[in-house]
Amino acid sequence: MTSRPYNFAYLDEQTKRMIRRAILKAVAIPGYQVPFASREMPMPYGWGTGGVQLTAALIGPEDVLKVIDQGADDTTNAVSIRAFFAKTADVATTTETEAATIIQTRHRVPETPLNEGQILVYQVPIPEPLRFLEPRETETRTMHALGEYGVMHVKLYEDIARHGHIATTYAYPARVAGRYVMDPSPIPKFDNPKLDDCPALQVFGAGREKRIYAIPPYTKVVSLDFEDHPFERTKFDSACVFCGATDSFLDEVVTDDSGGRMFVCSDTDYCEKRQSKQATVAVEEKDAAE
Amino acid sequence: MSAPLLVAEGLFKRYGSIAACRDISFELDEGEALAIVGESGSGKTTLLHLLGGLLAPDSGAVFYRGRDGASRNLFEMSEAERRALMRADWGFVHQDAARGLRMNVSAGGNIGERLMALGDRHYGRIRGAASQWLERVEIPLARLDDSPQTYSGGMRQRLQIARNLVTAPRLVFMDEPTGGLDVSVQARLLDLIRGLIAEMGLAVVLVTHDLGVARLLSNRILVMKQGEVVESGLTDRVLDDPQAPYTQLLVSSVLAA
Repeated sequence: MTSRPYNFAYLDEQTKRMIRRAILKAVAIPGYQVPFASREMPMPYGWGTGGVQLTAALIGPEDVLKVIDQGADDTTNAVSIRAFFAKTADVATTTETEAATIIQTRHRVPETPLNEGQILVYQVPIPEPLRFLEPRETETRTMHALGEYGVMHVKLYEDIARHGHIATTYAYPARVAGRYVMDPSPIPKFDNPKLDDCPALQVFGAGREKRIYAIPPYTKVVSLDFEDHPFERTKFDSACVFCGATDSFLDEVVTDDSGGRMFVCSDTDYCEKRQSKQATVAVEEKDAAE
Repeated sequence: MSAPLLVAEGLFKRYGSIAACRDISFELDEGEALAIVGESGSGKTTLLHLLGGLLAPDSGAVFYRGRDGASRNLFEMSEAERRALMRADWGFVHQDAARGLRMNVSAGGNIGERLMALGDRHYGRIRGAASQWLERVEIPLARLDDSPQTYSGGMRQRLQIARNLVTAPRLVFMDEPTGGLDVSVQARLLDLIRGLIAEMGLAVVLVTHDLGVARLLSNRILVMKQGEVVESGLTDRVLDDPQAPYTQLLVSSVLAA
């Protein structure tokens, strides 16, 4: 352990300290985007440089890390980030949501409810929810400072005018603790209700845009909507073909070139847990029958 | 007689060695339309931006009487208060409609934005108000969901007016509202603006270089030259019996059709 080629968790201590200060500020002002001096990471922008820096600043030797990409533990991004911290910080890794103390995620919130003491780290491409309507950063900062969020509803209005309903299905804007409106990163709006009153700490890192923001545990998070077009969680008509779940977010998988397709859980850990439980029950029933 | 709505007091603004506004003072009453005329570079637009709080003067003050009846200096208000005024109490009609509109948002969204900014969260109600205003500015209702990019110049200008008036402001600033439009479109637009001003009892500060527009829309007129007011008075008096040599020149320069 004496000749580690990198500092613990890759980043130098001063950088981690700087990021921790930004995180503390973000936690103190829920939903506020705190600028930070984002570093070059050994991976391209868009692959989770913000999330990796947050994880590096938060992780300790006793932590157990889980990394998911679109809900899955076994995709390239998830595997390589997990391997990165296994190598540079020598921490234990897991694919089980309950066993993890830090979960770095891209595009999903795990189906298994999170607990106190867990930290969910989001990778964020564009942290500014007002960007769609206001390209000037000076102006968006003023709008946040003064709480001028009328334009967020213009975006939703456009959705209804064009599609008859709010057609925004991911990166759905939400108001944190009755104050700042934030972009919850490109998670599906299916996951938005999970942000509200969550026992775990949620931190968001945008590496390219150099912003950190956070939702402290048990904070009110309200998705924006209209009185006559209330926020609705995405509903699925089918169940997961592997585990039969009807309460999880499903991915559509094309199986052939003649229109064949199936729906499977996007959260692989949740799906596998359900499958192994069903297998155990099946074995027990078989034993009982014999 | 109630206190004036807007009072300018000794406004000065320089850009380097050029004085764009020199010691400009006037009063504007509720429901009154004031035209600021003069040739290009005379400081009209600078003055308009000073009055609208978009630009800070080197010295001088602008007092605006709010709905609570108290007159307050714009430049001593916080930015939040100034922006709140702009959203609720004021309108700003730009010469270039693309500056005053959100070009990537439908007409309905453009009109509804101010309502949403003021806290309306009922889609049906917002859309209803937007439809009503679209008809009021004589744009076919079928164009409600079209983006202003597909609109003609005259329609854009009318949409801009609807977007500003939807929250029933008390004061509207207009910067060459008919600039760049052909005469028949201009005539219809002027007719519309005149009707709305009378109907809603709007106070207007209008910047124009077109004396015809000033005569049609305004009650009073300020003539500017090189940053100074050279003449002011009732519009008809100034245009029919100009006293200052510069005003005489300006009036005689208008081509009769």
